[in-house]
Amino acid sequence: MATMTGTANHSKTAKPGQLLADIFTYGVLGIVSLSMLVPFLWMISTSLKPEYSVFEFPPQFIPSSWLFENYVSIFKAAPFMRFLYNTLFVTMSVVIGQVLFCSLAAYAFARLPFKGSNAIFVLFLATMMIPSQVTTIPTYIMIYKFHWLDSYAAQIIPFLSSAYGIFLLKQFFHSLPKETEDAARIDGCSEFRIYWNIILPLSQPAIATLSVFTFMGVWTDFLWPMLVTNTVEMRTLEVGLSVFRNQYTTNWPLQMGASLLVIFPVLLVFLFTQRYFVQGISLTGMKG
Amino acid sequence: MESTSQSYVPSVPSTKLAKPSFWKKLRGHAVGDDKPIGYLFILPALIHLAVFTLIPILFSLYLSFHKWSILKPAKPFVGLKNYIKMYHDTDFWRAMVNTFYFVFGSVPTGIAVSLLVAIVLNRKLRGVYWFRAFFFLPVVSSTVAIAMVWQWILQPEFGLLNYLLGFAGIEGPKWLMDPKWAMFAVIIVTVWKGIGYQMIIFLAGLQGIPEHLYEAARIDGANKWRIFWSVTLPLLMPTVFFLTVTTIIGSFQAFTVIYMLTEGGPVGSTDVVVYHIYEQAFRVFNMGYASAQSWLLFLIIFVITIIQVKFMKKFNYEH
Repeated sequence: MATMTGTANHSKTAKPGQLLADIFTYGVLGIVSLSMLVPFLWMISTSLKPEYSVFEFPPQFIPSSWLFENYVSIFKAAPFMRFLYNTLFVTMSVVIGQVLFCSLAAYAFARLPFKGSNAIFVLFLATMMIPSQVTTIPTYIMIYKFHWLDSYAAQIIPFLSSAYGIFLLKQFFHSLPKETEDAARIDGCSEFRIYWNIILPLSQPAIATLSVFTFMGVWTDFLWPMLVTNTVEMRTLEVGLSVFRNQYTTNWPLQMGASLLVIFPVLLVFLFTQRYFVQGISLTGMKG
Repeated sequence: MESTSQSYVPSVPSTKLAKPSFWKKLRGHAVGDDKPIGYLFILPALIHLAVFTLIPILFSLYLSFHKWSILKPAKPFVGLKNYIKMYHDTDFWRAMVNTFYFVFGSVPTGIAVSLLVAIVLNRKLRGVYWFRAFFFLPVVSSTVAIAMVWQWILQPEFGLLNYLLGFAGIEGPKWLMDPKWAMFAVIIVTVWKGIGYQMIIFLAGLQGIPEHLYEAARIDGANKWRIFWSVTLPLLMPTVFFLTVTTIIGSFQAFTVIYMLTEGGPVGSTDVVVYHIYEQAFRVFNMGYASAQSWLLFLIIFVITIIQVKFMKKFNYEH
């Protein structure tokens, strides 16, 4: 327990206390990482087994024969490429909308004083306290009345702007130096050009954070796309996977294979953007 | 669209000093002027807020005083009946009790484990990058997929967990199919998925503690254990508190994991409030009654948020 000081001092000379500390440290890390990894490995292993052999005892960790045909069956059973396309399209649209609408509003709140600006901003903030469960039912009824059920519009339009995004970007805009834009203003540059040519390019870190969180939030959303989609063609990966599960309840290899397919693209994105994830979370302490 | 055009800065070169054009007025002329063009900038977000947040909030309040199945046009006003019905509804209160069990089972466990991992990871170690990536895998993975894997792992006869427990001579329970164990299993999955996220926030908090405080403590002769209790932990309290509150709020809203793992069963043992609201609204079509329930959920979350704001202020004064 002597390591629990949180300090980074780490002497090169091996003392007996240090050895104990290292054993403890790697012990904790090893056990926790193993518990994190095993379910994923088990998923891979199961997905390559024939359907009957998962019920063998004792279970095999490495399948005796690797049955890649399972993945062919999965693609035949449900249009996962279509789900992927839908998810990508919906997610990208929402990310672009959020960045645009939130940054426009955030710029006004940060830099353009107008009457009632504070009151309107507080109104935005106040809505962040309302849990989404309150608005889900009425929004669903609205979408139903608009005849938007089972469309992309139903999955995209309700999420095009968010108080969280406005708040995040406004905070960041405040931290930007004012000199450049004031100079541009005196030279007669329009506010929109200042926003577009000066503020947006300077705000790439904040925009990246907002994009990553919006991406994650929409990509993994489940309840809303489940409610507003009926046909297979409109489903996202999450909803498609859950329906697939209901059709192949006892076929564990196919279920695990399909789960892997759904997890894989996000893992790939994560590997390349881990830095932004970590920064974003530590900066804001919030998930989109 | 009124601008305080009287407060001219004389140095601003303007050819139309006498009568500024509409566009110039809209923009505001000089630094520090009122700039009504701001209204144009917030317009898209404001319209969106009105249509997809403000109107739904009011509509939800309206619904909570009416009886409305979306399938029938009639929606009679019932006053407070939905709220009174909720008060007497034993199924609803069972869901509420289950929610508290879920929240107080998962939040402290998750916080404790992730704090331990964060403290251990905060040392400069070989392979930190990989450990951090491993812990983060479940966070970025789809909840639906994660739930499916765990359903397979928790499968009573052929599942991996009961097989491993067998080595220790323990005959594992039927987990998700046993009313006594189902919620416990749901908590395991939730904690497992959330550790990586909480760990990252703890790491950020730990790195925010200034090195000179450790230095001072060491010079005063404090041992590592003492430094942990007297420096690290007190300075980390705001982070612990922040995480506790946000995780509690998040846990009150758990849905996907319940939907995928148990659908509230067996015999209602994992029916939590949000799942209950979903069933009322979209399976039984009691839109009004479900809305009333969602307002009670709001009230609970609101109280927790108020407590957070109060305590956060206290922490800020201390440091």
